[in-house]
Amino acid sequence: MTGNPQATNKAQQDGQSLDAIDRQIIVATQSGLPLVAEPFAALAEQLGLGSDEVLQRVADMQACGIIRRIAAVPNHYALGYTVNGMSVWNVSDENITELGRLIGSLDYVSHCYQRPRHLPLWPYNLFAMVHGRSSVDVVARVSTIANLLGEHCRGHEVLYSKRILKKTGLRIKA
Amino acid sequence: MDSIDAAIVNRLQEGLPVCARPFDAVAATLGISVDELLSRLQRLLDDKVLTRFGPMFNAESMGGALSLCAMQVPADRYDEVAGQVNAFPEVAHNYEREHLLNMWFVIATEQPQQAGIVISQIEQATGCRVYDMPKQQEFYIGLKLAV
Repeated sequence: MTGNPQATNKAQQDGQSLDAIDRQIIVATQSGLPLVAEPFAALAEQLGLGSDEVLQRVADMQACGIIRRIAAVPNHYALGYTVNGMSVWNVSDENITELGRLIGSLDYVSHCYQRPRHLPLWPYNLFAMVHGRSSVDVVARVSTIANLLGEHCRGHEVLYSKRILKKTGLRIKA
Repeated sequence: MDSIDAAIVNRLQEGLPVCARPFDAVAATLGISVDELLSRLQRLLDDKVLTRFGPMFNAESMGGALSLCAMQVPADRYDEVAGQVNAFPEVAHNYEREHLLNMWFVIATEQPQQAGIVISQIEQATGCRVYDMPKQQEFYIGLKLAV
């Protein structure tokens, strides 16, 4: 499963494409989808809407990128992926799209982005969160990325997290 | 966790089809009934192996803004500044990281122009400069954790 930048861009161009019913559906499913054989019918009943309408709206929101996908979010720690490092890379701007796609396609990389540099303190423009079962794992995977980037990479660092200071899900208000 | 649980975790990280009975095809692939799939899914959530199951929303597509910000916080003021930053409801995540830039947080706002306002307020409250690093291109969101 890969992200869909085209769909995201389309939704961004459309701007605020959410109406009141879309918002109702989002608020009702932020903490999860009902775990029943027909979840969209259950959702429709809960919201006083037709199940066909709910299905259509969810399909439309997915088509335009408001919903990335309907999926399970694993708990990294419970699955043994206890170490994550934010790897940051200084690569040439001309090649970054091609390189970002390459690194973003790796199984153990999440949240791969181009972000702005802040010179001289921060020369890095490509961010890739690397997950592993141990720090040895993460170090090995970071060196794989370094090899893949080869001469396009002018420097990199890995920032390990020491402490979670706050973690709340994204929430929109009803 | 047995091998069926592992297969469920692996399969459900990919998308579910948007249709009236989205679990049917997944259950058939795994060789179990829909009822068993649902009860195992509920248990994986109860046991916190999964943190959530449902639509994954894209904040920017809803018209809002999301930005990663970093700060260089003096060690002797670290906890105080963390408290000041965390007090903003727009701060969704905040991590301490080992670097000169030692505090990294995500700001999520429903209106794009709010992000800049929140950043100025954080700078005023803490006296620390905020390095704003909004994404310019997205290459992948998500993770395929094999179990």
